[in-house]
Amino acid sequence: MESFFSRYRNALVLIAVLMAQVIGLAVQVRRPDPAAPDKGSVRVIRSWVTGVVTPPEMLLHSTGKGIRGVWTNYIDLIHVRKENKDLKSELDRLRLEEDSLAEDARQGQRLQSLLGFKEKYVYQTVAAQVIGTSGTEQSHVLLIDKGSQDGLRPDMPVITPDGIVGKTRDVFRHTSQVLEISDQTSGAGVILEKTRIRGVLRGDSWGQPEIVNLSPDERIQRGEPVLTSGGDAIYPRGLAVGLVERVIPQPEGTLVNVLIKPAANLARLEEVLIITNTGEEMTPDMQQDLTDAQKRASDVLAERLPSRTDPNAPADEQPDDAPTGPDGEVARPVQPPKALHPDRFTPSDTPPASELTPGQPITNAQSSAAGSDGNNGAANGTPPSASAPEIPGSTPAPSPAKPPSSTTKPKTKPATPANPANPHQSQPTGNGNQAPPAQTPPPQGGA
Amino acid sequence: MALMASSRHEVGAKSFPLVIYIVVPLLALGLQSLLSLHLTRFDLVDLPLLVTIYYGITQREPVSATLVGTVIGIAQDALTHHALGIFGIAKAVIGYMAASLGVRVDTENHGARLLLTFGFTLAQTFILWLLQRHMLGQPYAWHGFHELLRALANALVGVILFALLDLTRRTDY
Repeated sequence: MESFFSRYRNALVLIAVLMAQVIGLAVQVRRPDPAAPDKGSVRVIRSWVTGVVTPPEMLLHSTGKGIRGVWTNYIDLIHVRKENKDLKSELDRLRLEEDSLAEDARQGQRLQSLLGFKEKYVYQTVAAQVIGTSGTEQSHVLLIDKGSQDGLRPDMPVITPDGIVGKTRDVFRHTSQVLEISDQTSGAGVILEKTRIRGVLRGDSWGQPEIVNLSPDERIQRGEPVLTSGGDAIYPRGLAVGLVERVIPQPEGTLVNVLIKPAANLARLEEVLIITNTGEEMTPDMQQDLTDAQKRASDVLAERLPSRTDPNAPADEQPDDAPTGPDGEVARPVQPPKALHPDRFTPSDTPPASELTPGQPITNAQSSAAGSDGNNGAANGTPPSASAPEIPGSTPAPSPAKPPSSTTKPKTKPATPANPANPHQSQPTGNGNQAPPAQTPPPQGGA
Repeated sequence: MALMASSRHEVGAKSFPLVIYIVVPLLALGLQSLLSLHLTRFDLVDLPLLVTIYYGITQREPVSATLVGTVIGIAQDALTHHALGIFGIAKAVIGYMAASLGVRVDTENHGARLLLTFGFTLAQTFILWLLQRHMLGQPYAWHGFHELLRALANALVGVILFALLDLTRRTDY
């Protein structure tokens, strides 16, 4: 017996080691709770190894970053002035875009509140440095230098300004593992932006993200943006994922996979953001930013547009800056300004049809009486043709019935904004500030 | 090319200072993790595998090579999101095979090292495929040409790395 163990000692040790590891594997893959990836000793081993490997990586990473910082801060300043100028013009353009997008966002919020739809807004993020990877092709995992001490927990979304990266997996005290969307075991709910087709994103065997098991659809075109759908309860809805690269039919069955070019450069990640808190309403800071964006964009647009103010024009008797009502709406009359030279063609001076006699021309006295009694032909829907001069020998057209006159001025928004190029300019802002309306020349009377 | 041992010198076991046993595997794990982040396609190379092979073929002691391979493999597993033991099993087998072959083959020759590393890399890929695909039921794709490319890359890097590690060892007669 002793000779057996001594003779096959090497093989027996190998078998024992393999058996122990196989049993360990079986215990690990049998765990029931998918929310807790590792338990007990496995987590301790991972923590130890990560704790040993990451400090030198952090040191090397910070050294490299310092060298790069010296380069960018002291040497690479040649094109800063030109770049600053370009950035300023880019900023102006973005402010204008932001204006229109802000209005769309407000409209979207109103519609979502009407539908009872819950939107997730990013409240809080933690910036982290990527200090390493798993080092193997079979596991697309990143190591970052933030852990539970910084508020991180498993299954938190990890993003860059370009798009999503993945989610946190094992979170240790000072470091964390991030499972990338390019891994074969990852999963994210996504939606195609134009066709609104939903699917599940995961990595293929080459490490490229793909939407799996979709029904063939000719509308799916190369270059279509892909966004997170929010259906996985991890990634907030609407984050950029990537662009459609191509559609690949599955070898078996009739379904297709859609290969995605990720928006974030997964091969060159240095800094990432971990979303640690989301909410269903915009934060006060976001609201303020949205309001400021509208104001800034209006100012930029007003500066760029040519002025239409005529210094020689007579003073406006009915300025647009009407008093503000109790609910913040601006009370505006629908009655147009008075004509400089009233005549029978002026809509506000046209007498009602009941006072007209067929075959008789309209006298100036009738016109003046009609204009002074407060009746408004334009507001009442009376067309100008009703007071057209009579053609001798012809049958006069029947006058339309006079609608009930109203002496109160309805509090409505103007049909045409003061500045047609920027419809938001005349609308009240959140803090009650009102952009000055553009002046328009008074209408000139005919004849 | 002499593949068979022909003298006592060639079969004499090589040992390393204790600190090398600790520092080199950790360095291999750290560099593997760091360089894969900054160098595209560096993940083709498997530095922990090369260290395991080197210890096996130079120590020529299957038990210690098995244990070294196990520890390095489990540490490598800890950096991934896989269950601990996948790389541990693969590298334990590779360490055992390298030590067993090291007794019979002249491993001082660069050509022999190139061929051995090429073969052991393919063997590890096969073990990983077997474990993940058929034991754990996890996705694992086998791309033939890609695996050959990986084996060649490891073999070339291994020859250089082994020559560097040779500088740290001492010969026991």
